[in-house]
Amino acid sequence: MHQPPTPLPPGKKAPDFELPSTPDQTVSLAEFRGRPVILAFYPEDWSPVCSDQLALYQELLPEFRKFDAELVGISVDGIWSHLAFAKDRNLHFPLLADFEPKGEVARTYRVYRSNEGTSERALFVIDGDGVVQWSYVSPVGINPGADGILRALDGLAREGGP
Amino acid sequence: MSTTQWAALLTMPVAESRDHIQGPADAPVTLVEYGDYECPYCGAAYPIVKEVQARMGDRLRFVFRNFPITTSHPHAERAAEAAEAAAAQGSFWEMHDALYENQKRLRDEDLHVYAEQVGLDVESFDQELAEHVHAARVREDFMSGVRSGVNGTPTFYVNGTRYDDSYDLDTLLGALEEAASN
Repeated sequence: MHQPPTPLPPGKKAPDFELPSTPDQTVSLAEFRGRPVILAFYPEDWSPVCSDQLALYQELLPEFRKFDAELVGISVDGIWSHLAFAKDRNLHFPLLADFEPKGEVARTYRVYRSNEGTSERALFVIDGDGVVQWSYVSPVGINPGADGILRALDGLAREGGP
Repeated sequence: MSTTQWAALLTMPVAESRDHIQGPADAPVTLVEYGDYECPYCGAAYPIVKEVQARMGDRLRFVFRNFPITTSHPHAERAAEAAEAAAAQGSFWEMHDALYENQKRLRDEDLHVYAEQVGLDVESFDQELAEHVHAARVREDFMSGVRSGVNGTPTFYVNGTRYDDSYDLDTLLGALEEAASN
């Protein structure tokens, strides 16, 4: 029996990380301080559910922007896979390579699946102070949609004001 | 806030004044579809919904809302706006059917042809498409779907609750019949 995953819960400090987004650029969590960040961990580039899920998020970038929120996707795939995947699917947000050491960031957020060697399909909304506000793990084959993300962003906007 | 799951419910109730509806307002079952005209799964669901409607008759009210995922389907937004432009002339369902029956031909020229076939005033149809008159309506549908937990297309709601089971004829019909008898 697969243990139910327990992602890093609300109220915890979101561990900082720095991962490659292109062959010569990296993205760190700290650089988004002051703004909400949506972390979308997904198992693998190219799998059907991932593609639908990320296409939906691409469609919602203008909505996320209304909250001044940044979206980043994270998987264990390497940077060249990410680049080809983003180009093929018209994705215009950073896909970070949690590739070496493999899955290290997923592990710190407690969403790594060691049997499969990929991350869970997990969502985190992190506030401007770098604290987890909402986290959710979806069954790997199921697209979690975006209603949870928007609710969490609504909550942040109500508390802090823009 | 928590990590718990919630039931996916339709956040924008069906309104006779705004929605595209087939079937009586007092039908015991309302089936809402969020669909994309270029999505092949929606194309596959199209004849199934027709069959379900034929079998249930007045016991079913069917509602269609737009959910174009343009990132994957470059013609879906224009097609949705075309259906809304037809709706402005009282011919939503005729255009809806033409779009799903010609899913692989959704360029602007094609939309113009369907508008002619449906018998629309094509001058105002073309103008409304060019000016994106109906884009706001399509976006309103889309965001109502996102807020209701639509995670891909088609997504169905049966009496306001997301239907997560298969939409093959037998399974969908069974679920609707069960909802009708409750």
